[in-house]
Amino acid sequence: MRDRTLWTWHIGAGLVILVLLGLHMTIMHLNATLGLVGVGSDEPIAWENVAARAGSIFFTVTYVLLLGAALFHGFYGFRNILMELSPGRTLRTIINVGLSLVGVALFVFGTWAALAAPGAASMGG
Amino acid sequence: MTDAAVKQVTFHVRRFEPGVDRAPHWESHAIPLTPGMTVLDGLWKLKELSAPSLAWRSSCRMGICGSCGMLINGRPRLACNTQISELGTDVVAVAPLPNFAIIKDLVPDLRPMFETHRELMPYLIRDDVAEQDDPTLEYWQSPHELEHYLQFSYCIKCGCCMAACPTVATDPQYAGPMPLGQAQRYNTDSRDGGFAERKEVLSGGSGPWRCHFAGECSQVCPKGVDPAKAIQLMKRELVSDLLRMRKRRDPAPVVQPPKGPRREEIPAAPPRTAGEA
Repeated sequence: MRDRTLWTWHIGAGLVILVLLGLHMTIMHLNATLGLVGVGSDEPIAWENVAARAGSIFFTVTYVLLLGAALFHGFYGFRNILMELSPGRTLRTIINVGLSLVGVALFVFGTWAALAAPGAASMGG
Repeated sequence: MTDAAVKQVTFHVRRFEPGVDRAPHWESHAIPLTPGMTVLDGLWKLKELSAPSLAWRSSCRMGICGSCGMLINGRPRLACNTQISELGTDVVAVAPLPNFAIIKDLVPDLRPMFETHRELMPYLIRDDVAEQDDPTLEYWQSPHELEHYLQFSYCIKCGCCMAACPTVATDPQYAGPMPLGQAQRYNTDSRDGGFAERKEVLSGGSGPWRCHFAGECSQVCPKGVDPAKAIQLMKRELVSDLLRMRKRRDPAPVVQPPKGPRREEIPAAPPRTAGEA
């Protein structure tokens, strides 16, 4: 894929991270502040709250989306750093293919974890 | 005035002759400083007095030709455009532009830069080749359209921006600020229709995507051009094009020159010297 397309996806992924990470930080770390205006829970990491979020389609979708965006953004940035070390053609191919495979594997694993979470939560509850 | 009263300036000059020297080395020479002396004047004086074999590249002596770009006290500058007095020191260290191979002494090998420049097609690309080769009319362009690219057209290809760019220093794939800035200059020109051809090159690995936006190119440009801005504008245009959000336009039409009485203070164009039938 050409650098223009990858770079555009990189910026797009950054915007997705900005929104979804903001949401994550708000829910998980600003609970005391949110409590002042009467929303949010007192203990975001309490088991019942974790299980409730795991069972929510909205949260599952945002987790998978955030995972994909973060993986692409991070791995593309890492690839750029490696490319600036001026690798040869073969090494470039190895880096591109290697990072793509690791990224896809992590995405599949993370997605499986997000989808399996409701079942695990119900067993734990 | 006695000789003792003449102010001296010391030039540290980095010298290297491939095939003779194993590595570059520094030489120091003191020369008399005269009012208004530029670094280029100093080099000529140096050559006259104590270093006759010193080599550098220069031509116009007025900041137009871009030949005398060199590293002066750690900063890429034009030697002809730099007064020694403005350096604020009586020691002038002169070295060839970094990020280029050295041909001899202060002469950098600028060929890779110009080859990349050529690959990015820095000229008007239009269908009416006959009109370009033998103009009969004028390409219409408004002053507002001219403003879009005017500052980028001030580039004199001296290579100072390339010498200052940290990405050019470390990444041989990167095209660099001068070629990219000039590609943007033509992409923005309303008379040009070559965006589709240039984007084929610019969308690849040598395009603007590797720019870290350090901004050093714009800091050192002796003509006040802002290549860093050109590169960011280029990214925006290329991404807009990918997302099909770029406003398409046809190259400026060919029109009759404006009619009416000619203002007397404007001299007539000289007779053509080339392209006569």
